[in-house]
Amino acid sequence: MSTAQPAKPPQIVEMSWDPITRIVGSLGVYTKIDFANRRVAECHSTSSIFRGYSVFMKGKDPRDAHFITSRICGICGDNHATCAVYAQNMAFGVRPPALAEWIINLGEAAEYMFDHNLFQDNLVGVDFCEQMVKETNPSLLAKAETTAAPHGVLHSYRTIAEIMRALNPFTGALYREALQMSRLAREMFCLMEGRHVHPSTLYPGGVGTVPSPQLFTEYLVRLMRYVEFVKKIVPLHDDLFDFFYEALPGYEEVGRRRVLLGCWGAFNDPDKCDFTYKRMSEWGRAMYVTPGVVVDGELVTTDLVDINLGLRILLGSSFYDDWQGGETFVKADPLGNPIDQRHPWNQTTIPRPQKRDFQGKYTWVMSPRWLDKRTGHHLALDTGGGPLARFWATALAGKVDIGYIQATGKSVKIYLPKTANLPEQELEWKIPRWSNTIERDRARSYFQAYAAAAALYFVKQAQQEVFAGRTATFSEFQVPGEAIGCGFHEAVRGVLSHHVVIRNGKIANYHPYPPTPWNASPRDSLGTPGPYEDAVQNCPLFEENGPDDFKGIDIMRTVRSFDPCLPCGVHMYLGNGREIQVRHAPMYGVQGPGEGGRS
Amino acid sequence: METETAIPYGRRTQTAPAVPEVDILWITAGLGCDGDTVAITAATQPSIEDILLGALPGLPQVRLHNPVLAYRNGNDFLEPFREAAAGRLGPFVLVVEGSIPNERNKSEGYWAGFGTDPATGQPILTCDWIDRLAPRAWAVVAAGTCATYGGIHAMAGNPTGCMGLADYLGWGWRSAAGIPIVNVPGCPVQPDNFMETLLYLLTQAAGRAPMIPLDDKLRPTWLFAQTVHEGCDRGGYYEQADFADLYGSPRCIVKLGCWGPVVQCNVGKRGWINGIGGCPNVGGICIGCTMPGFPDKFMPFMDMPPGAQLSSTAVLTYGRTVRALRKFTQGSMNQEPEWRHR
Repeated sequence: MSTAQPAKPPQIVEMSWDPITRIVGSLGVYTKIDFANRRVAECHSTSSIFRGYSVFMKGKDPRDAHFITSRICGICGDNHATCAVYAQNMAFGVRPPALAEWIINLGEAAEYMFDHNLFQDNLVGVDFCEQMVKETNPSLLAKAETTAAPHGVLHSYRTIAEIMRALNPFTGALYREALQMSRLAREMFCLMEGRHVHPSTLYPGGVGTVPSPQLFTEYLVRLMRYVEFVKKIVPLHDDLFDFFYEALPGYEEVGRRRVLLGCWGAFNDPDKCDFTYKRMSEWGRAMYVTPGVVVDGELVTTDLVDINLGLRILLGSSFYDDWQGGETFVKADPLGNPIDQRHPWNQTTIPRPQKRDFQGKYTWVMSPRWLDKRTGHHLALDTGGGPLARFWATALAGKVDIGYIQATGKSVKIYLPKTANLPEQELEWKIPRWSNTIERDRARSYFQAYAAAAALYFVKQAQQEVFAGRTATFSEFQVPGEAIGCGFHEAVRGVLSHHVVIRNGKIANYHPYPPTPWNASPRDSLGTPGPYEDAVQNCPLFEENGPDDFKGIDIMRTVRSFDPCLPCGVHMYLGNGREIQVRHAPMYGVQGPGEGGRS
Repeated sequence: METETAIPYGRRTQTAPAVPEVDILWITAGLGCDGDTVAITAATQPSIEDILLGALPGLPQVRLHNPVLAYRNGNDFLEPFREAAAGRLGPFVLVVEGSIPNERNKSEGYWAGFGTDPATGQPILTCDWIDRLAPRAWAVVAAGTCATYGGIHAMAGNPTGCMGLADYLGWGWRSAAGIPIVNVPGCPVQPDNFMETLLYLLTQAAGRAPMIPLDDKLRPTWLFAQTVHEGCDRGGYYEQADFADLYGSPRCIVKLGCWGPVVQCNVGKRGWINGIGGCPNVGGICIGCTMPGFPDKFMPFMDMPPGAQLSSTAVLTYGRTVRALRKFTQGSMNQEPEWRHR
């Protein structure tokens, strides 16, 4: 964040948006906005739904975990099912046949292709569409009308305003094309995982999908159509997003926060991954999206064991009783490392519904943090909406090298082969200067290409298994009486972990941590705000409207850049802004670059 | 004269729908996952844009108010909901997604809210919205198994005491237009099943279809009368007593936990999206996700259903016999007639 002091006496108006739409789940954002200095002074995010998975899963059969936890999320439920299966495999000591892992990778790649596509052009895209920009920044739209799109030859929209028109809901051509492509990607998904969004063919030990040459043919033909689409939309979004930087100087500060990114890795390599905890560091680093924690641009770790040991679930502003004095389920991990009482393995969820109080407890979301053992800080990591953290960690780690994708240490190169109407294309995602709204959104488009390129590699691997006659997709297992397990994965919008404790053959404890608790978390017991709050707080405002017809578009873009998926919420009130206080001391809008994730 | 001939003859035979416009107020703030809303974006028979852009003849113009697909935010988005609650918007179809929590099982706070009450600063309870909107709705539709029967979140041991819409409003409830609650179960709802049900209701609102036919669990009869098994392309394996021992086999998976023989759902025939995917037809055990007894009565999902023990044994003698006979005949049919040679 900029350290510039407000130049004028603040004029603070309370504004809230509740519900925030075009996301999954219930989110409200409550802000105080300084209209004199066009800056957000304060932000709280809140979610108004509680369901209680960790409560009702106790005592259930551990084999049911993936069927149940898929229902956590209606847009990336399969990410949960997959992550649960990873945790089950570890707990049951079972290693699925390689072909099953390729099938899961293909299903998950299709999920990224579908979900990023739908979210980018049908939900986020509306914030950048002609209708919206006309309402919030008419002079920007005028400029867009006369600004040529640099990659117009590739995507066929001549000006930036034409791109914006194509994003108008339902009437825009790109909006409708994106809907269609999201269906195509869901067909690919259903070929591998049966049904969307709660898969039918995933099991601990493998998959029920019947492999044959036909299965992969049907996937590949659709995939290449998607690849052709990607070749157009990546340059299209580059044009659109670069325009915002150029037309609105300072836009890079919108939604900017300290680089505090977490990625838990995606796409196992079946040759390396045996699902044992003891070798998790090794097989984790072999994933086709490298796990990692990036702090201020530095890759702190790529070790899933380190990542696991650093997990801490804090309370502070959430509607739950503490479990600090409660049962300790896991004292040490299988390597002998001590497990903290605030770790998901030892968490006990005790809901305590109460009135919402923004000075006290105000949300059903908890505050997951990652303990940086170098500094002792509990970092409020965000996921950058998923793709930004995945790219950043993968690029810096420099491990992924599969022909279609190469991580270089400072960028990620993606190769897309010739398609029906377009020649081959090489894309390069480069580490950006900022972790901000635009870069979160840009990375999403590039990750659509990444997922498609990875899928091209996985199809080839799967076909080789089938051609070699290795068509088994399932390994048998016994449910142990006592066991623990953990799964690490990337949900579409970021880090996902599942932790299970089994006793007497039943689930004794189960805690899933999806990306949204990380991103949408409230102020924790140490006072650190969650990433939405942090990114919105101090955000400069470029909207041309005043308090009476304020849409909060820069705030909306910021919140949506994280790809919120709360079957929970952020709330803000809109319009009828009530001026609550005028302060002459510049108390608001001051935050140093290091304070975003202060601990 | 000229202008009259310019009007196509066929147009003069068309009649306007009985109501020109219908609003769809869609509440996702039950205890759900938004999976049913996401599902409708997958539908193609019809698609959501078919409905909103007027791609089908003779229907009222439709305005959709769904938080996941909305243009507006916050209070702007809530405006039609407030208008409808005040009786100033109509006719409208209320769609409820997610189960309805019991807000009386605790002393304060909320399990599910939707928007904020400006008077108190507290969330407006989802069940309060339903109380206000349902009596004014032309029709009420429960989308997905959470809203129809409670679903996953109503599992034994849940803290919220949640339930389906018919348990909340009453199974005999009727809308102002005399329409019972319309249940479209599925976890999530099969995309085309939902959109087709909505299309039927719009056609009924247009005055072009009779009362929607529902069974005693309030499901559209033409979608839910058959079992999964009756539409499953693995039913032939069952008939021949050819049962899979391991997942990943193309044979019948009833011994691996499939409840298809008793579960009412058309996924085997319809597939999941554009005919692709499904459940037992593609190797996924049916876990009964469309049924009122879901999930508890089907758990643990990966054990053989108790009834399948009996039925799969009973079919053994017949199945093995016909399989052997067919194998014999098949062998013969795999030979060309003997005169086809040089």
